[in-house]
Amino acid sequence: MLKTFPKGGIHPPENKITAEKGIKRMAVPKVVNVPIAQHIGIPAEIVVDRKDKVVKGQIIAKSGGFVSSNIHSPVAGTVTKLDLIIDSSGYKKQCIVIRTDAKDPSNFEEVENPLKTDIELEPKEILQRITDCGIVGLGGATFPSQVKLNVREGTTLDYLIINGVECEPYLTADHRLMLEKAEEIVVGIKILMKALHLKKVVIGIENNKKDAISLFKKVIKKEDGIQVAALQVKYPQGGEKQLVRAILGREVPKNGLPLDVGVIVHNVGTIFAIYQAIQYDKPLIERVVTVTGKKLQNPSNFWVKIGTPIKDLIAEVGGLPEGTRKLVNGGPMMGKAIKNTDVPVTKGTSGILVIDEEEASRGEAKNCIRCGQCVFVCPMGLEPHLLMNLSEKGMYDKASAEDIMTCIECGSCSYVCPSHRPLLDYIRFGKNIVKKLETSKN
Amino acid sequence: MSQPIIISASPHVHSDRTSKKLMYDVVIALIPAFLVSLYVFGIGAFIVTAVAVISCLLFEYLIQKFLMKTDVTIGDGSALITGILLAFNLPSGLPIWMIIVGSLVAIGVAKLSFGGLGFNIFNPALVGRVFLLVSFPVQMTMWPTAVENNTTMADAVTGATPLGMIKEGLMFGDTMTNITANLPSNLELFLGLSGGSIGEMSGLALLLGGIYLLYRKVITWHIPVTMLVTMAVMTGIFWVIDPESYASPLIHILSGGALLGAFFMATDLVTSPMTKKGMIIFAIGIAVITVVIRLFGAYPEGVSFAILIMNAFVPLINTYFKPRRFGSKIKSKIV
Amino acid sequence: MTDSVLYSVLLLVSLGVVAAVVLYIVSKKFYVYENPLIAEVDELLPGANCAGCGSPGCKSFAEKLVNTEDISSLFCPVGGNDVMKEVAAILGKEVVERDPTVAVLRCQGSCEVRPKTTEYQGPRTCAISAMVYSGETDCQYGCLGDGDCVKVCKFDAMYMDETTGLPLIITDNCTSCGACVEECPRDIIEMRPRNKRDLKVFVGCLNEDKGGIAKKSCSVACIGCSKCEDICPKDAVIMVNNLAYIDPVLCTLCRKCVDICPTHSIIETNFPPKKVKKVVEKKVVENVAVIKEEVIAESKNIKTDA
Ligand code: SF4
Ligand code: SF4
Ligand code: SF4
Ligand code: SF4
Repeated sequence: MLKTFPKGGIHPPENKITAEKGIKRMAVPKVVNVPIAQHIGIPAEIVVDRKDKVVKGQIIAKSGGFVSSNIHSPVAGTVTKLDLIIDSSGYKKQCIVIRTDAKDPSNFEEVENPLKTDIELEPKEILQRITDCGIVGLGGATFPSQVKLNVREGTTLDYLIINGVECEPYLTADHRLMLEKAEEIVVGIKILMKALHLKKVVIGIENNKKDAISLFKKVIKKEDGIQVAALQVKYPQGGEKQLVRAILGREVPKNGLPLDVGVIVHNVGTIFAIYQAIQYDKPLIERVVTVTGKKLQNPSNFWVKIGTPIKDLIAEVGGLPEGTRKLVNGGPMMGKAIKNTDVPVTKGTSGILVIDEEEASRGEAKNCIRCGQCVFVCPMGLEPHLLMNLSEKGMYDKASAEDIMTCIECGSCSYVCPSHRPLLDYIRFGKNIVKKLETSKN
Repeated sequence: MSQPIIISASPHVHSDRTSKKLMYDVVIALIPAFLVSLYVFGIGAFIVTAVAVISCLLFEYLIQKFLMKTDVTIGDGSALITGILLAFNLPSGLPIWMIIVGSLVAIGVAKLSFGGLGFNIFNPALVGRVFLLVSFPVQMTMWPTAVENNTTMADAVTGATPLGMIKEGLMFGDTMTNITANLPSNLELFLGLSGGSIGEMSGLALLLGGIYLLYRKVITWHIPVTMLVTMAVMTGIFWVIDPESYASPLIHILSGGALLGAFFMATDLVTSPMTKKGMIIFAIGIAVITVVIRLFGAYPEGVSFAILIMNAFVPLINTYFKPRRFGSKIKSKIV
Repeated sequence: MTDSVLYSVLLLVSLGVVAAVVLYIVSKKFYVYENPLIAEVDELLPGANCAGCGSPGCKSFAEKLVNTEDISSLFCPVGGNDVMKEVAAILGKEVVERDPTVAVLRCQGSCEVRPKTTEYQGPRTCAISAMVYSGETDCQYGCLGDGDCVKVCKFDAMYMDETTGLPLIITDNCTSCGACVEECPRDIIEMRPRNKRDLKVFVGCLNEDKGGIAKKSCSVACIGCSKCEDICPKDAVIMVNNLAYIDPVLCTLCRKCVDICPTHSIIETNFPPKKVKKVVEKKVVENVAVIKEEVIAESKNIKTDA
């Protein structure tokens, strides 16, 4: 029996068309637009000015608070302007625009760092380095990693879970990374084990990535305390709470964090970024991005510099096909539709999905037929039809009492509704209002 | 790009199941039972079904178009199902105008006056049926004989359903053994060679349809299985205690509207509970009420009443049997 | 048979009597003393329960008026100065007279001048589409056109104009309750003084982008050229973030800025029309709906001008 979470979940068509495509290195873009808000929390503060020359990896925006993160220049070049550019939120956001220096060699010789297994840094230094290098959660939530790793004295913490689930359809960035950088990831895991004095680690991988599972099983043979768990292919298996429940059987309490049950969850991409930060002092300036879509000529996985405009990526895979109706930053279940192709890749961009008319349009919303499908698939045990109704009618108190805030916005309910009700749209709206009401109350 | 790109909130993919497809799956599942009824009742069954379906669609169209002035939704298949299910709950040979009245009640009163598909509390087809049963009890219980070519059954069920025969027999102090002798055998009940409403005929055909619905995941096992098991257990207990005054569980399940009710009426998406726990409670409720009516009530058959009564409790069931919220009870231990 | 009918009738009657007695006792017992002034004030208030005063309804506002010492900061926008004066007379308290205001829409981004560059699919409410992204056009400041303001207006003072895709305010119906201002996620609606004959001059744009970008997304956008600021004799125009704002207090309605604005971003309402031809045109348009907010006439002017 494969492990899984107990209630709800869906199984959308996987469409992992790029699973066999090795990660290619994208050509260095001519211009990068680096947003200063790429993580959850306070935006970073810009520390460069127009016309400044910057070198690769230099800090261009400093962490603006506790829940915030440094941002480094992905290229060597010149800051041309500080401008407002639409990012994946659909709104114009402050960006640092850097023109790449065509002559600077550091832009073009990408050294593939050899595997380095000795961990020299001490725990304190490791955490400091992670902060300095601007590491955030690369699974999509972009939560600053140092905050997650900041375990207060006296907290019981006994498990680290590595999220290699990648349950979103289409995306294969983590999958490829696991196949190509397995040993580095294991070193990354050991770095965190050292930093957090942890003894037990489980790597959770969905069973549709059998190659990654067997590879990791081989690599960790000699390691103490690291296990691999094969998980049932079910969305949202990669949701933190679902993953902890599936692997350890521990249920994170309502409104709680995995830490409340002694667990920390990190994405494999984050672990690789940590590995590079600790062993080679390399800040987070690039990431793996899956560029995919059924109609694309040449969908593939790429190493992409943060700030690369998405149109560069699209050009790399053969341009937008005829009849493209939607561009999504991220996976089809939780990604955000973007307004145009100038939107830059950020730390949270795990994929770019190009969708045609047929997949893009959502059917016309009809009356709820009370079929209960949304209730059956909700992994959080909520009643999406009810929550939608309550937030549509403005009954936010009631919605809050029905646990609207625990919704993880996985979208399973909207996916499955036979009447095409915009369930998550309204639930998200209700959550926003409830959050506002709660903060104004305090 | 010729057209502007679309922006919408996640998720960006949707399952291809639509409510229309669900409805048509139900229609498909009803075909075997319909064929059996054609075989047993001949053209009469066809006429009743056709009249019910056409008048349901027509009333939906007329009311939505001219009275409510809303979008007309006759294409979504739900009025079609109401029509078929209503017909399946009527005896063949019912006067046509009564069928039309029944359809009007089903669509106009039970469905549209509540606000249309999704807002009705009671199963429209059953409301139509019960309305007719209460208003025209004589015609509604005039069970026509099976058509001539069906020689085996022609005598046995003239003018009565197996359940009706049992009830009557017991009232006159007959013993079960004697009554059973006159009843069609269990196998005949299962195959559909008995008297009754159009759609109640064949257990086999209904079971086939039910399995199709389960296979297509239109319904879950919770309601039909719970309902039938509860019925079997309850009637079984009485039967074991006194086999001379109570019919066997098998007769109870195979005759009357039990199977039709369990697979098609009680599982109606709109009027059944939305959680699995709720469904089980709902199904138990139906079974208990049915058995009580059948054994102790004035009517020989109680499935329709039972379902309608439990329909009324669905909002309550939905409020009290909620799914367990993730993380609401911490049972995990930290080692 | 008749007996049983009689019994049931008797039973029901006696039940009714008992219930009535119980209700009477309960209402006596739980009677709460209420200041009669509250009822009196409540009587004076318009009874619209629009919450424009900040209280949830007229009754609770009446309570507040009665129970507050200094009511100079309280105001019922619907009743206006007249009602407030009467209230003050009853309560023997001071009220401050306020200039009547009216809602104006600070966006002229009709479908024609502000092309749609994307298509939104999802619930059609301004609040939700604003949450998802910046709207179907390239202007992230302007009206989303889903009519949340119209839905919230209790006085039928607003409707959505199908041709422009923008809400229209029927000035005569607007009570300045402010509900629409609250509701709009983009803060597009502003309360401005009514002035004499409802004359108004204001900037019909909120676009803070730089000139070129603003102009590209919407041809009537304020491009921040400061011409209006320069020409205004009273320094009523304030430029912040590439956007002009006309201070209604300082503005003397001289209309110099209206003429100089290169993008026709500044709206004037209810001034006598300058060209006779247009009056005729307007009459024809307007003989169906007699009361129509002048913004539409204005935007029509702009279109024919441009
Ligand atoms: S989006 Fe929220 S309500 Fe919908 S299935 Fe996921 S957790 Fe449940
Ligand atoms: S899945 Fe859709 S139709 Fe079914 S109960 Fe939920 S909201 Fe209603
Ligand atoms: S237009 Fe606005 S301010 Fe005027 S009455 Fe309507 S909601 Fe109130
Ligand atoms: S003015 Fe505001 S609330 Fe009204 S339609 Fe425009 S965006 Fe929506």
